[in-house]
Amino acid sequence: MTVRDAMGILDATVLVGEDNLDQEVRSACGSDMMSDVLAFSKDHSILLTGLCNPQVIRTAEMLDIVCIIFVRGKRPDDAVLDMARDRDLVVLSTQHRMFSSCGLLYKAGLGAGAFGGAL
Amino acid sequence: MAEAIRLTYEISPDDFTRAGEASSDVKKKLRSLGVSPDAIRKVAIAMYEGEINMVIHAEGGIITVDISPDKIVMILADKGPGIPDIEQAMQAGWSTAPNEIRSLGFGAGMGLPNMKKYTDEMTIDTVIGKGTTITMVVKI
Repeated sequence: MTVRDAMGILDATVLVGEDNLDQEVRSACGSDMMSDVLAFSKDHSILLTGLCNPQVIRTAEMLDIVCIIFVRGKRPDDAVLDMARDRDLVVLSTQHRMFSSCGLLYKAGLGAGAFGGAL
Repeated sequence: MAEAIRLTYEISPDDFTRAGEASSDVKKKLRSLGVSPDAIRKVAIAMYEGEINMVIHAEGGIITVDISPDKIVMILADKGPGIPDIEQAMQAGWSTAPNEIRSLGFGAGMGLPNMKKYTDEMTIDTVIGKGTTITMVVKI
Protein backbone atom coordinates (compact mmCIF):
# COMPACT_ATOMS: atom_id res chain seq x y z
CA MET A 1 0.00 0.00 0.00
CA THR A 2 1.03 3.65 -0.13
CA VAL A 3 1.38 6.09 2.74
CA ARG A 4 -1.78 7.74 1.41
CA ASP A 5 -3.66 4.41 1.75
CA ALA A 6 -2.49 4.05 5.36
CA MET A 7 -3.56 7.62 6.02
CA GLY A 8 -7.07 6.88 4.76
CA ILE A 9 -7.36 3.65 6.75
CA LEU A 10 -6.46 5.46 9.98
CA ASP A 11 -8.31 8.74 9.26
CA ALA A 12 -4.96 10.37 9.86
CA THR A 13 -3.87 13.94 9.22
CA VAL A 14 -0.56 14.98 7.68
CA LEU A 15 1.82 16.92 9.91
CA VAL A 16 4.86 16.77 7.59
CA GLY A 17 5.51 15.54 4.06
CA GLU A 18 2.32 16.21 2.13
CA ASP A 19 4.22 15.81 -1.15
CA ASN A 20 5.52 12.33 -0.30
CA LEU A 21 2.26 10.46 0.33
CA ASP A 22 2.50 8.19 -2.71
CA GLN A 23 5.54 6.27 -1.46
CA GLU A 24 5.06 2.53 -1.14
CA VAL A 25 5.15 0.90 2.31
CA ARG A 26 5.60 -2.84 2.80
CA SER A 27 5.74 -3.36 6.55
CA ALA A 28 5.12 -1.63 9.86
CA CYS A 29 6.35 -1.66 13.42
CA GLY A 30 4.49 -0.32 16.47
CA SER A 31 6.30 0.51 19.72
CA ASP A 32 7.09 3.22 22.24
CA MET A 33 10.48 1.65 22.94
CA MET A 34 12.96 2.83 20.34
CA SER A 35 15.43 0.00 20.95
CA ASP A 36 12.68 -2.47 20.09
CA VAL A 37 12.12 -0.53 16.89
CA LEU A 38 15.87 -0.57 16.18
CA ALA A 39 15.80 -4.37 16.37
CA PHE A 40 13.44 -4.21 13.39
CA SER A 41 14.99 -3.30 10.09
CA LYS A 42 12.90 -3.56 6.96
CA ASP A 43 12.77 -1.47 3.84
CA HIS A 44 9.82 0.83 3.17
CA SER A 45 8.42 0.71 6.70
CA ILE A 46 5.98 2.67 8.80
CA LEU A 47 6.68 3.35 12.48
CA LEU A 48 3.64 3.70 14.74
CA THR A 49 4.38 5.22 18.13
CA GLY A 50 2.99 7.25 21.00
CA LEU A 51 6.40 8.64 21.91
CA CYS A 52 6.92 12.24 20.83
CA ASN A 53 10.59 13.14 21.42
CA PRO A 54 13.44 13.83 18.93
CA GLN A 55 14.77 10.28 19.30
CA VAL A 56 11.73 8.99 17.40
CA ILE A 57 12.88 10.98 14.38
CA ARG A 58 16.48 9.81 14.80
CA THR A 59 15.38 6.19 15.11
CA ALA A 60 13.37 6.53 11.89
CA GLU A 61 16.37 8.15 10.24
CA MET A 62 18.75 5.31 11.17
CA LEU A 63 16.31 2.69 9.87
CA ASP A 64 15.35 4.53 6.66
CA ILE A 65 11.73 4.49 7.80
CA VAL A 66 9.39 6.20 5.33
CA CYS A 67 6.58 7.38 7.59
CA ILE A 68 5.96 7.93 11.31
CA ILE A 69 2.38 7.75 12.57
CA PHE A 70 1.70 9.23 16.01
CA VAL A 71 -1.21 7.40 17.64
CA ARG A 72 -3.82 8.55 20.20
CA GLY A 73 -3.94 12.01 18.60
CA LYS A 74 -0.44 12.87 19.73
CA ARG A 75 1.48 15.66 18.07
CA PRO A 76 5.17 16.35 18.68
CA ASP A 77 6.39 19.93 19.05
CA ASP A 78 7.54 22.04 16.09
CA ALA A 79 11.25 21.37 16.69
CA VAL A 80 10.63 17.63 16.30
CA LEU A 81 8.50 18.19 13.19
CA ASP A 82 11.26 20.35 11.70
CA MET A 83 13.72 17.50 12.25
CA ALA A 84 11.36 15.19 10.33
CA ARG A 85 11.05 17.76 7.52
CA ASP A 86 14.84 17.99 7.21
CA ARG A 87 14.98 14.22 6.76
CA ASP A 88 12.18 14.01 4.17
CA LEU A 89 10.03 11.89 6.46
CA VAL A 90 6.25 11.78 6.32
CA VAL A 91 4.62 12.38 9.71
CA LEU A 92 0.95 11.56 10.31
CA SER A 93 -1.26 11.75 13.38
CA THR A 94 -4.28 9.51 14.05
CA GLN A 95 -6.86 9.50 16.83
CA HIS A 96 -6.81 5.69 16.88
CA ARG A 97 -4.96 3.97 19.71
CA MET A 98 -1.86 1.87 19.07
CA PHE A 99 -3.66 -1.49 19.11
CA SER A 100 -6.43 -0.36 16.76
CA SER A 101 -4.01 1.41 14.43
CA CYS A 102 -1.84 -1.69 14.07
CA GLY A 103 -4.90 -3.91 13.69
CA LEU A 104 -6.47 -1.76 10.98
CA LEU A 105 -3.28 -1.65 8.92
CA TYR A 106 -2.65 -5.37 9.36
CA LYS A 107 -6.20 -6.19 8.33
CA ALA A 108 -5.72 -4.05 5.22
CA GLY A 109 -2.77 -6.23 4.21
CA LEU A 110 0.26 -4.50 5.67
CA GLY A 111 2.57 -7.15 7.11
CA ALA A 112 5.14 -7.11 9.84
CA GLY A 113 7.94 -8.28 7.59
CA ALA A 114 9.59 -11.67 8.06
CA PHE A 115 8.50 -13.15 11.37
CA GLY A 116 11.27 -14.33 13.62
CA GLY A 117 14.31 -12.88 11.86
CA ALA A 118 14.20 -9.15 12.30
CA LEU A 119 11.62 -9.16 15.06
CA MET B 1 37.52 5.72 -1.89
CA ALA B 2 41.15 4.66 -2.02
CA GLU B 3 42.33 5.84 1.36
CA ALA B 4 41.00 5.36 4.85
CA ILE B 5 39.00 8.20 6.37
CA ARG B 6 38.82 8.87 10.11
CA LEU B 7 35.93 10.70 11.75
CA THR B 8 36.01 11.67 15.43
CA TYR B 9 33.10 12.83 17.58
CA GLU B 10 32.91 14.03 21.15
CA ILE B 11 29.66 12.85 22.72
CA SER B 12 28.24 15.32 25.26
CA PRO B 13 26.93 13.93 28.52
CA ASP B 14 23.37 14.51 29.75
CA ASP B 15 22.11 15.89 26.47
CA PHE B 16 19.59 13.33 25.43
CA THR B 17 18.03 15.62 22.82
CA ARG B 18 21.27 15.75 20.86
CA ALA B 19 22.12 12.06 21.25
CA GLY B 20 22.33 10.57 17.79
CA GLU B 21 23.80 13.59 16.02
CA ALA B 22 27.14 11.84 15.50
CA SER B 23 25.45 8.73 14.06
CA SER B 24 23.37 10.94 11.80
CA ASP B 25 26.51 12.66 10.53
CA VAL B 26 28.28 9.33 9.88
CA LYS B 27 25.26 8.13 7.95
CA LYS B 28 25.36 11.21 5.71
CA LYS B 29 29.12 10.85 5.11
CA LEU B 30 28.82 7.15 4.23
CA ARG B 31 26.02 7.93 1.81
CA SER B 32 28.13 10.60 0.10
CA LEU B 33 30.97 8.07 -0.20
CA GLY B 34 28.65 5.67 -1.99
CA VAL B 35 28.71 2.89 0.63
CA SER B 36 25.90 0.32 0.15
CA PRO B 37 22.59 1.17 1.89
CA ASP B 38 22.68 -2.13 3.81
CA ALA B 39 26.09 -1.43 5.33
CA ILE B 40 25.10 2.17 6.08
CA ARG B 41 22.01 1.05 7.96
CA LYS B 42 24.00 -1.47 10.02
CA VAL B 43 26.59 1.16 10.97
CA ALA B 44 23.91 3.77 11.72
CA ILE B 45 21.86 1.51 14.02
CA ALA B 46 24.85 0.05 15.88
CA MET B 47 26.51 3.42 16.38
CA TYR B 48 23.25 5.12 17.40
CA GLU B 49 22.60 2.50 20.09
CA GLY B 50 26.18 2.95 21.31
CA GLU B 51 25.87 6.72 21.29
CA ILE B 52 22.64 6.55 23.31
CA ASN B 53 24.36 4.21 25.79
CA MET B 54 27.22 6.68 26.23
CA VAL B 55 24.75 9.46 27.07
CA ILE B 56 22.61 7.31 29.40
CA HIS B 57 25.27 5.36 31.26
CA ALA B 58 28.68 6.94 30.80
CA GLU B 59 28.60 10.75 30.77
CA GLY B 60 29.57 10.86 27.12
CA GLY B 61 32.88 9.95 25.53
CA ILE B 62 34.66 9.80 22.20
CA ILE B 63 33.58 7.93 19.06
CA THR B 64 36.11 7.27 16.31
CA VAL B 65 34.97 5.89 12.96
CA ASP B 66 37.53 4.54 10.49
CA ILE B 67 36.19 4.05 6.99
CA SER B 68 38.30 1.96 4.64
CA PRO B 69 37.40 0.33 1.30
CA ASP B 70 36.51 -3.04 2.86
CA LYS B 71 35.20 -2.21 6.34
CA ILE B 72 34.00 0.40 8.79
CA VAL B 73 35.41 0.29 12.31
CA MET B 74 33.66 2.17 15.13
CA ILE B 75 35.44 2.68 18.45
CA LEU B 76 33.27 4.02 21.27
CA ALA B 77 35.33 4.96 24.31
CA ASP B 78 33.86 6.29 27.55
CA LYS B 79 35.05 6.97 31.08
CA GLY B 80 31.85 5.64 32.64
CA PRO B 81 31.31 3.15 35.45
CA GLY B 82 32.20 0.06 33.39
CA ILE B 83 30.04 -3.06 32.87
CA PRO B 84 30.22 -5.48 35.85
CA ASP B 85 28.77 -8.51 34.02
CA ILE B 86 29.09 -8.38 30.22
CA GLU B 87 27.21 -11.65 29.70
CA GLN B 88 24.22 -10.30 31.61
CA ALA B 89 24.40 -6.95 29.80
CA MET B 90 24.30 -8.80 26.46
CA GLN B 91 21.01 -10.52 27.32
CA ALA B 92 18.04 -9.10 25.43
CA GLY B 93 15.82 -7.29 27.92
CA TRP B 94 18.42 -6.76 30.64
CA SER B 95 18.75 -3.08 31.49
CA THR B 96 20.02 -0.87 34.30
CA ALA B 97 18.60 2.31 32.75
CA PRO B 98 16.53 4.43 35.15
CA ASN B 99 12.79 4.91 34.64
CA GLU B 100 13.23 8.43 33.30
CA ILE B 101 15.20 6.95 30.39
CA ARG B 102 12.47 4.36 29.75
CA SER B 103 9.94 7.15 29.49
CA LEU B 104 12.12 8.58 26.71
CA GLY B 105 11.88 5.33 24.73
CA PHE B 106 15.17 3.66 25.68
CA GLY B 107 16.30 1.23 28.36
CA ALA B 108 14.47 -1.77 26.90
CA GLY B 109 17.62 -3.84 27.27
CA MET B 110 18.14 -4.13 23.53
CA GLY B 111 21.09 -1.76 23.04
CA LEU B 112 24.05 -4.15 23.24
CA PRO B 113 22.16 -7.07 21.59
CA ASN B 114 21.23 -4.75 18.70
CA MET B 115 24.84 -3.56 18.38
CA LYS B 116 26.02 -7.16 18.13
CA LYS B 117 23.25 -8.12 15.73
CA TYR B 118 24.05 -5.40 13.20
CA THR B 119 27.85 -5.71 13.22
CA ASP B 120 30.22 -8.39 11.94
CA GLU B 121 32.52 -8.14 14.96
CA MET B 122 32.07 -6.57 18.37
CA THR B 123 34.44 -6.53 21.33
CA ILE B 124 33.88 -4.96 24.74
CA ASP B 125 36.79 -3.88 26.93
CA THR B 126 35.59 -2.68 30.29
CA VAL B 127 37.22 -1.78 33.60
CA ILE B 128 35.00 -1.06 36.59
CA GLY B 129 35.31 2.57 37.65
CA LYS B 130 37.48 3.43 34.64
CA GLY B 131 35.35 3.05 31.55
CA THR B 132 34.34 0.96 28.57
CA THR B 133 35.60 0.76 25.01
CA ILE B 134 33.44 -0.99 22.45
CA THR B 135 34.89 -1.78 19.03
CA MET B 136 32.49 -2.71 16.24
CA VAL B 137 33.30 -3.72 12.67
CA VAL B 138 30.93 -3.71 9.71
CA LYS B 139 32.33 -5.26 6.53
CA ILE B 140 31.49 -3.51 3.30
